[in-house]
Amino acid sequence: MRFVDEFRDPERVHSCAAEIRSLTTQPWTIMEICGGQTHSIVRYGLDQLLPDGLTLVHGPGCPVCVTPVEMINKAIDIASQPDVILCSYGDMLRVPGSGRDLLSAKALGADIRIVYSPLDAIKTARANPGKQVVFFAVGFETTAPANGMSILQAAREGLGNYSMLATHVRVPPAMRAILTSQGTRIQGFLAAGHVCTVMGIDEYLPIAKEFHVPIVVTGFEPLDVLQGIAECVRQLEQGRAEVSNQYSRVVRSEGNPHARRVIEEVFEIVPRNWRGIGTFPESGLGISSKYRDYDAESRFGPGPPTS
Amino acid sequence: MCLGVPGCIESISEEDSLTRMGKVGFGGISCEVSLAYVPEARVGDYVLVHVGFALQVVDQNEAQRILEEIGKIEDLMQDDNSMIRPSLPLENPL
Repeated sequence: MRFVDEFRDPERVHSCAAEIRSLTTQPWTIMEICGGQTHSIVRYGLDQLLPDGLTLVHGPGCPVCVTPVEMINKAIDIASQPDVILCSYGDMLRVPGSGRDLLSAKALGADIRIVYSPLDAIKTARANPGKQVVFFAVGFETTAPANGMSILQAAREGLGNYSMLATHVRVPPAMRAILTSQGTRIQGFLAAGHVCTVMGIDEYLPIAKEFHVPIVVTGFEPLDVLQGIAECVRQLEQGRAEVSNQYSRVVRSEGNPHARRVIEEVFEIVPRNWRGIGTFPESGLGISSKYRDYDAESRFGPGPPTS
Repeated sequence: MCLGVPGCIESISEEDSLTRMGKVGFGGISCEVSLAYVPEARVGDYVLVHVGFALQVVDQNEAQRILEEIGKIEDLMQDDNSMIRPSLPLENPL
Protein backbone atom coordinates (compact mmCIF):
# COMPACT_ATOMS: atom_id res chain seq x y z
CA MET A 1 0.00 0.00 0.00
CA ARG A 2 1.25 3.51 -0.86
CA PHE A 3 -1.75 5.40 0.56
CA VAL A 4 -2.58 7.23 -2.67
CA ASP A 5 -4.03 4.99 -5.40
CA GLU A 6 -6.06 2.95 -2.92
CA PHE A 7 -7.96 6.12 -2.02
CA ARG A 8 -8.76 6.92 -5.67
CA ASP A 9 -10.52 3.64 -6.63
CA PRO A 10 -13.30 4.61 -9.10
CA GLU A 11 -15.71 1.83 -8.10
CA ARG A 12 -15.42 2.78 -4.46
CA VAL A 13 -15.86 6.45 -5.30
CA HIS A 14 -19.21 5.58 -6.87
CA SER A 15 -20.18 3.50 -3.84
CA CYS A 16 -19.35 6.34 -1.45
CA ALA A 17 -21.27 8.78 -3.62
CA ALA A 18 -24.24 6.40 -3.59
CA GLU A 19 -24.05 6.26 0.19
CA ILE A 20 -24.18 10.05 0.36
CA ARG A 21 -27.24 10.06 -1.90
CA SER A 22 -28.93 7.49 0.31
CA LEU A 23 -28.11 9.50 3.46
CA THR A 24 -29.34 12.88 2.15
CA THR A 25 -33.02 13.60 2.78
CA GLN A 26 -32.92 17.40 2.67
CA PRO A 27 -30.74 20.24 1.33
CA TRP A 28 -27.46 20.89 3.14
CA THR A 29 -24.58 23.38 2.62
CA ILE A 30 -21.10 22.22 3.59
CA MET A 31 -17.79 24.10 3.32
CA GLU A 32 -14.50 22.43 2.64
CA ILE A 33 -11.82 24.58 4.27
CA CYS A 34 -8.73 23.73 2.31
CA GLY A 35 -7.89 24.58 -1.30
CA GLY A 36 -6.35 21.12 -1.58
CA GLN A 37 -9.76 19.60 -0.95
CA THR A 38 -11.34 22.00 -3.45
CA HIS A 39 -8.71 20.91 -5.97
CA SER A 40 -9.60 17.25 -5.45
CA ILE A 41 -13.35 17.95 -5.70
CA VAL A 42 -12.98 19.79 -8.99
CA ARG A 43 -10.28 17.57 -10.48
CA TYR A 44 -12.24 14.35 -9.90
CA GLY A 45 -15.67 15.86 -10.51
CA LEU A 46 -16.86 14.78 -7.06
CA ASP A 47 -19.44 17.56 -6.90
CA GLN A 48 -21.17 16.02 -9.94
CA LEU A 49 -21.73 12.81 -7.98
CA LEU A 50 -23.56 14.51 -5.12
CA PRO A 51 -27.35 14.83 -4.76
CA ASP A 52 -28.75 18.12 -6.05
CA GLY A 53 -29.67 19.48 -2.61
CA LEU A 54 -26.15 19.06 -1.26
CA THR A 55 -24.05 22.19 -1.88
CA LEU A 56 -20.30 22.45 -1.39
CA VAL A 57 -19.04 25.98 -0.73
CA HIS A 58 -15.31 26.41 -1.27
CA GLY A 59 -13.64 27.75 1.87
CA PRO A 60 -10.97 30.38 2.58
CA GLY A 61 -8.91 27.93 0.64
CA CYS A 62 -5.33 28.65 0.46
CA PRO A 63 -2.96 30.85 2.45
CA VAL A 64 -1.47 32.01 -0.84
CA CYS A 65 -4.64 33.64 -2.13
CA VAL A 66 -5.50 35.31 1.18
CA THR A 67 -2.02 36.84 1.56
CA PRO A 68 -2.66 40.59 1.95
CA VAL A 69 -1.53 43.07 -0.74
CA GLU A 70 0.74 44.88 1.69
CA MET A 71 2.77 41.72 2.30
CA ILE A 72 3.24 41.14 -1.43
CA ASN A 73 4.33 44.78 -1.78
CA LYS A 74 6.76 44.35 1.13
CA ALA A 75 8.24 41.20 -0.43
CA ILE A 76 8.70 42.98 -3.77
CA ASP A 77 10.22 46.02 -2.06
CA ILE A 78 12.71 43.87 -0.12
CA ALA A 79 13.55 41.73 -3.15
CA SER A 80 14.27 44.83 -5.23
CA GLN A 81 16.97 46.07 -2.85
CA PRO A 82 20.64 45.47 -3.71
CA ASP A 83 22.38 42.37 -2.30
CA VAL A 84 19.09 40.71 -1.36
CA ILE A 85 17.93 37.25 -2.44
CA LEU A 86 14.24 36.56 -1.83
CA CYS A 87 13.31 32.88 -1.62
CA SER A 88 9.65 31.97 -2.04
CA TYR A 89 7.30 29.06 -2.62
CA GLY A 90 6.45 28.99 -6.29
CA ASP A 91 2.74 29.60 -5.87
CA MET A 92 3.41 33.09 -4.44
CA LEU A 93 5.05 34.48 -7.54
CA ARG A 94 1.94 35.33 -9.52
CA VAL A 95 -0.13 36.77 -6.68
CA PRO A 96 -0.57 40.46 -7.55
CA GLY A 97 0.56 43.26 -5.25
CA SER A 98 -0.61 46.86 -5.71
CA GLY A 99 1.56 47.41 -8.78
CA ARG A 100 3.15 44.17 -9.87
CA ASP A 101 3.80 40.63 -8.71
CA LEU A 102 7.00 38.89 -7.69
CA LEU A 103 7.39 37.28 -11.12
CA SER A 104 7.50 40.63 -12.91
CA ALA A 105 9.80 42.03 -10.20
CA LYS A 106 12.08 39.07 -10.96
CA ALA A 107 11.89 39.90 -14.66
CA LEU A 108 12.99 43.44 -13.82
CA GLY A 109 16.11 42.09 -12.14
CA ALA A 110 15.19 41.33 -8.53
CA ASP A 111 16.92 38.15 -7.32
CA ILE A 112 13.85 36.05 -6.50
CA ARG A 113 14.27 32.27 -6.29
CA ILE A 114 11.64 29.56 -6.09
CA VAL A 115 12.24 27.00 -3.35
CA TYR A 116 10.44 23.77 -2.48
CA SER A 117 11.40 23.89 1.19
CA PRO A 118 12.55 26.51 3.71
CA LEU A 119 15.65 24.33 4.11
CA ASP A 120 16.54 25.34 0.55
CA ALA A 121 16.44 28.98 1.68
CA ILE A 122 18.82 28.10 4.52
CA LYS A 123 21.20 26.49 1.99
CA THR A 124 21.01 29.67 -0.10
CA ALA A 125 21.91 31.76 2.95
CA ARG A 126 24.91 29.55 3.71
CA ALA A 127 26.08 29.78 0.10
CA ASN A 128 25.74 33.58 -0.09
CA PRO A 129 27.24 35.07 3.10
CA GLY A 130 27.59 38.46 1.46
CA LYS A 131 23.90 38.72 0.69
CA GLN A 132 20.74 39.11 2.74
CA VAL A 133 18.60 36.02 2.13
CA VAL A 134 14.91 36.55 2.95
CA PHE A 135 12.41 33.70 2.95
CA PHE A 136 8.78 34.65 2.18
CA ALA A 137 7.01 32.43 4.72
CA VAL A 138 3.38 31.83 3.83
CA GLY A 139 0.98 29.11 4.94
CA PHE A 140 -1.61 27.77 7.30
CA GLU A 141 -0.50 26.01 10.50
CA THR A 142 0.55 23.14 8.21
CA THR A 143 3.59 25.03 6.93
CA ALA A 144 4.49 26.95 10.08
CA PRO A 145 6.59 24.13 11.61
CA ALA A 146 8.77 23.90 8.49
CA ASN A 147 9.19 27.66 8.26
CA GLY A 148 9.80 27.88 12.01
CA MET A 149 12.49 25.20 11.86
CA SER A 150 14.45 27.28 9.35
CA ILE A 151 14.74 30.04 11.98
CA LEU A 152 15.83 27.59 14.66
CA GLN A 153 18.53 26.21 12.37
CA ALA A 154 19.64 29.71 11.32
CA ALA A 155 19.81 30.80 14.96
CA ARG A 156 21.88 27.77 15.91
CA GLU A 157 24.29 28.27 13.04
CA GLY A 158 24.44 32.02 13.54
CA LEU A 159 23.32 32.64 9.96
CA GLY A 160 23.05 36.39 10.38
CA ASN A 161 22.18 36.96 6.73
CA TYR A 162 18.96 34.91 6.95
CA SER A 163 15.56 36.37 7.82
CA MET A 164 11.91 35.55 7.23
CA LEU A 165 8.98 37.64 6.03
CA ALA A 166 6.16 35.78 7.78
CA THR A 167 2.50 36.06 6.80
CA HIS A 168 1.02 32.88 8.28
CA VAL A 169 -2.71 32.45 8.86
CA ARG A 170 -4.67 30.29 11.31
CA VAL A 171 -7.84 28.38 10.41
CA PRO A 172 -10.05 28.41 13.55
CA PRO A 173 -10.50 32.24 13.67
CA ALA A 174 -11.44 32.19 9.97
CA MET A 175 -14.07 29.53 10.64
CA ARG A 176 -15.52 31.67 13.44
CA ALA A 177 -15.57 34.70 11.14
CA ILE A 178 -17.45 32.69 8.50
CA LEU A 179 -19.96 31.38 11.06
CA THR A 180 -20.61 34.83 12.52
CA SER A 181 -20.84 36.62 9.18
CA GLN A 182 -24.29 37.84 8.32
CA GLY A 183 -26.45 35.45 6.35
CA THR A 184 -23.96 32.61 6.47
CA ARG A 185 -25.28 29.45 4.80
CA ILE A 186 -22.64 27.07 6.11
CA GLN A 187 -24.10 24.16 8.12
CA GLY A 188 -21.05 21.90 8.36
CA PHE A 189 -17.31 21.84 7.63
CA LEU A 190 -14.70 19.56 6.16
CA ALA A 191 -11.69 20.64 8.24
CA ALA A 192 -8.27 20.84 6.61
CA GLY A 193 -6.57 17.49 7.12
CA HIS A 194 -3.00 18.71 7.05
CA VAL A 195 -3.63 21.66 9.36
CA CYS A 196 -4.98 19.12 11.84
CA THR A 197 -2.01 16.81 11.23
CA VAL A 198 0.01 19.52 12.98
CA MET A 199 -2.50 21.12 15.35
CA GLY A 200 -4.78 18.19 16.24
CA ILE A 201 -8.53 18.55 16.62
CA ASP A 202 -9.07 20.13 20.04
CA GLU A 203 -9.24 23.69 18.65
CA TYR A 204 -12.42 22.72 16.77
CA LEU A 205 -14.38 21.25 19.69
CA PRO A 206 -15.57 24.65 21.05
CA ILE A 207 -16.51 25.80 17.53
CA ALA A 208 -18.66 22.72 16.88
CA LYS A 209 -20.32 23.14 20.25
CA GLU A 210 -20.81 26.93 20.18
CA PHE A 211 -22.20 27.08 16.63
CA HIS A 212 -23.73 23.57 16.58
CA VAL A 213 -21.99 22.61 13.33
CA PRO A 214 -20.43 19.23 12.53
CA ILE A 215 -16.72 19.47 11.70
CA VAL A 216 -15.15 16.47 9.95
CA VAL A 217 -11.34 16.41 9.72
CA THR A 218 -10.91 15.26 6.13
CA GLY A 219 -8.11 14.16 3.85
CA PHE A 220 -7.55 15.02 0.21
CA GLU A 221 -7.99 11.94 -1.95
CA PRO A 222 -11.43 11.36 -3.56
CA LEU A 223 -12.44 8.67 -1.07
CA ASP A 224 -11.33 10.88 1.81
CA VAL A 225 -13.45 13.80 0.61
CA LEU A 226 -16.52 11.66 -0.06
CA GLN A 227 -16.20 9.88 3.29
CA GLY A 228 -15.87 13.28 4.98
CA ILE A 229 -19.00 14.53 3.23
CA ALA A 230 -20.90 11.36 4.15
CA GLU A 231 -19.99 11.76 7.83
CA CYS A 232 -20.95 15.45 7.76
CA VAL A 233 -24.33 14.67 6.14
CA ARG A 234 -24.92 11.81 8.57
CA GLN A 235 -24.44 14.17 11.50
CA LEU A 236 -26.59 16.90 9.94
CA GLU A 237 -29.39 14.45 9.26
CA GLN A 238 -29.24 13.25 12.88
CA GLY A 239 -28.96 16.76 14.32
CA ARG A 240 -25.51 16.08 15.75
CA ALA A 241 -22.63 18.57 15.79
CA GLU A 242 -19.41 16.77 16.63
CA VAL A 243 -15.79 16.89 15.55
CA SER A 244 -14.92 13.60 13.87
CA ASN A 245 -11.72 12.46 12.22
CA GLN A 246 -11.98 10.87 8.77
CA TYR A 247 -8.27 11.34 8.07
CA SER A 248 -7.27 9.13 11.01
CA ARG A 249 -4.44 7.44 9.12
CA VAL A 250 -2.51 10.73 9.44
CA VAL A 251 -4.27 12.93 12.00
CA ARG A 252 -3.89 12.12 15.71
CA SER A 253 -6.17 13.99 18.11
CA GLU A 254 -3.16 15.75 19.68
CA GLY A 255 -1.65 16.59 16.28
CA ASN A 256 2.16 16.63 16.20
CA PRO A 257 3.46 17.86 19.56
CA HIS A 258 7.02 18.38 18.26
CA ALA A 259 5.73 20.63 15.47
CA ARG A 260 3.39 22.51 17.78
CA ARG A 261 6.24 23.22 20.20
CA VAL A 262 8.28 24.89 17.43
CA ILE A 263 5.26 26.97 16.38
CA GLU A 264 4.81 28.14 19.98
CA GLU A 265 8.55 28.88 20.28
CA VAL A 266 9.13 30.74 17.02
CA PHE A 267 5.78 32.42 16.39
CA GLU A 268 3.20 34.44 18.29
CA ILE A 269 -0.48 34.90 17.50
CA VAL A 270 -1.20 38.21 15.79
CA PRO A 271 -4.14 39.83 13.97
CA ARG A 272 -3.94 39.20 10.23
CA ASN A 273 -5.58 40.80 7.21
CA TRP A 274 -7.04 38.11 4.94
CA ARG A 275 -7.13 39.46 1.37
CA GLY A 276 -10.68 40.01 0.20
CA ILE A 277 -12.17 39.01 3.54
CA GLY A 278 -10.85 41.35 6.21
CA THR A 279 -8.75 41.48 9.35
CA PHE A 280 -9.51 39.03 12.13
CA PRO A 281 -7.97 39.17 15.58
CA GLU A 282 -5.67 36.24 16.42
CA SER A 283 -5.93 34.90 12.88
CA GLY A 284 -2.22 35.07 12.04
CA LEU A 285 1.20 33.95 13.21
CA GLY A 286 4.00 36.49 13.39
CA ILE A 287 7.59 35.94 14.47
CA SER A 288 7.94 36.07 18.25
CA SER A 289 9.98 38.76 19.97
CA LYS A 290 12.54 36.09 20.96
CA TYR A 291 13.43 35.67 17.27
CA ARG A 292 12.98 39.31 16.25
CA ASP A 293 16.52 39.22 14.78
CA TYR A 294 15.22 36.86 12.09
CA ASP A 295 12.13 38.92 11.29
CA ALA A 296 12.53 40.57 7.88
CA GLU A 297 9.83 43.12 8.78
CA SER A 298 11.93 44.54 11.59
CA ARG A 299 15.18 44.12 9.61
CA PHE A 300 13.98 45.90 6.46
CA GLY A 301 11.42 48.33 7.86
CA PRO A 302 7.70 48.83 7.12
CA GLY A 303 7.87 48.73 3.31
CA PRO A 304 5.88 50.78 0.75
CA PRO A 305 2.34 52.10 1.37
CA THR A 306 -0.43 49.77 0.11
CA SER A 307 -2.09 52.24 -2.33
CA MET B 1 -0.64 24.96 -0.65
CA CYS B 2 -1.06 22.43 2.13
CA LEU B 3 -0.08 19.66 -0.26
CA GLY B 4 1.23 16.65 1.64
CA VAL B 5 2.38 13.41 0.02
CA PRO B 6 2.98 10.04 1.69
CA GLY B 7 6.44 8.54 1.07
CA CYS B 8 8.47 5.62 2.40
CA ILE B 9 11.62 6.20 4.46
CA GLU B 10 14.53 4.48 2.71
CA SER B 11 17.39 5.61 4.94
CA ILE B 12 17.99 7.89 7.93
CA SER B 13 21.09 10.00 8.61
CA GLU B 14 21.23 10.11 12.38
CA GLU B 15 22.14 13.73 13.12
CA ASP B 16 20.80 15.61 16.08
CA SER B 17 17.11 16.24 16.63
CA LEU B 18 17.05 19.56 14.76
CA THR B 19 18.79 18.38 11.61
CA ARG B 20 17.73 14.71 11.43
CA MET B 21 17.19 13.89 7.74
CA GLY B 22 16.07 10.86 5.80
CA LYS B 23 15.83 9.72 2.20
CA VAL B 24 12.15 9.24 1.36
CA GLY B 25 10.84 7.46 -1.72
CA PHE B 26 7.73 8.50 -3.60
CA GLY B 27 7.12 5.65 -6.01
CA GLY B 28 10.38 5.93 -7.96
CA ILE B 29 11.59 9.40 -6.93
CA SER B 30 13.52 9.91 -3.70
CA CYS B 31 14.52 13.08 -1.92
CA GLU B 32 16.03 14.28 1.34
CA VAL B 33 13.36 15.08 3.93
CA SER B 34 13.64 16.50 7.42
CA LEU B 35 12.55 13.95 10.04
CA ALA B 36 12.90 16.45 12.89
CA TYR B 37 9.16 16.29 13.62
CA VAL B 38 8.89 12.49 13.57
CA PRO B 39 11.67 11.28 15.89
CA GLU B 40 9.86 7.96 16.23
CA ALA B 41 9.96 7.27 12.47
CA ARG B 42 12.03 4.29 11.26
CA VAL B 43 13.20 2.99 7.88
CA GLY B 44 10.21 1.40 6.14
CA ASP B 45 7.66 3.73 7.72
CA TYR B 46 5.45 5.83 5.49
CA VAL B 47 5.46 9.53 6.41
CA LEU B 48 3.39 12.47 5.23
CA VAL B 49 5.76 15.01 3.64
CA HIS B 50 5.02 18.72 3.21
CA VAL B 51 7.58 21.29 1.92
CA GLY B 52 10.46 18.95 2.70
CA PHE B 53 9.36 18.01 6.22
CA ALA B 54 7.75 14.82 7.45
CA LEU B 55 4.76 15.90 9.56
CA GLN B 56 3.46 12.51 10.68
CA VAL B 57 3.98 8.76 10.40
CA VAL B 58 1.11 7.24 8.42
CA ASP B 59 -0.83 4.73 10.53
CA GLN B 60 -0.98 1.76 8.18
CA ASN B 61 -3.51 -0.14 10.30
CA GLU B 62 -5.82 2.85 10.36
CA ALA B 63 -5.51 3.21 6.58
CA GLN B 64 -6.45 -0.46 6.20
CA ARG B 65 -9.40 -0.04 8.55
CA ILE B 66 -10.74 2.91 6.57
CA LEU B 67 -10.46 0.99 3.31
CA GLU B 68 -12.29 -1.97 4.86
CA GLU B 69 -15.03 0.36 6.04
CA ILE B 70 -15.35 1.74 2.52
CA GLY B 71 -15.43 -1.84 1.26
CA LYS B 72 -18.49 -2.48 3.43
CA ILE B 73 -20.19 0.55 1.92
CA GLU B 74 -19.42 -0.87 -1.50
CA ASP B 75 -21.11 -4.18 -0.54
CA LEU B 76 -24.10 -2.36 0.90
CA MET B 77 -24.52 -0.18 -2.14
CA GLN B 78 -24.18 -3.11 -4.54
CA ASP B 79 -27.70 -4.19 -3.53
CA ASP B 80 -29.29 -1.19 -5.18
CA ASN B 81 -27.20 -0.73 -8.34
CA SER B 82 -29.35 2.19 -9.50
CA MET B 83 -28.01 4.12 -6.51
CA ILE B 84 -24.43 3.62 -7.61
CA ARG B 85 -24.70 4.82 -11.18
CA PRO B 86 -25.82 8.49 -11.05
CA SER B 87 -28.34 9.73 -13.62
CA LEU B 88 -25.72 12.17 -15.00
CA PRO B 89 -24.04 10.79 -18.15
CA LEU B 90 -20.68 10.63 -16.38
CA GLU B 91 -17.75 8.83 -17.84
CA ASN B 92 -15.30 7.59 -15.28
CA PRO B 93 -14.13 10.86 -13.63
CA LEU B 94 -10.80 9.25 -12.56
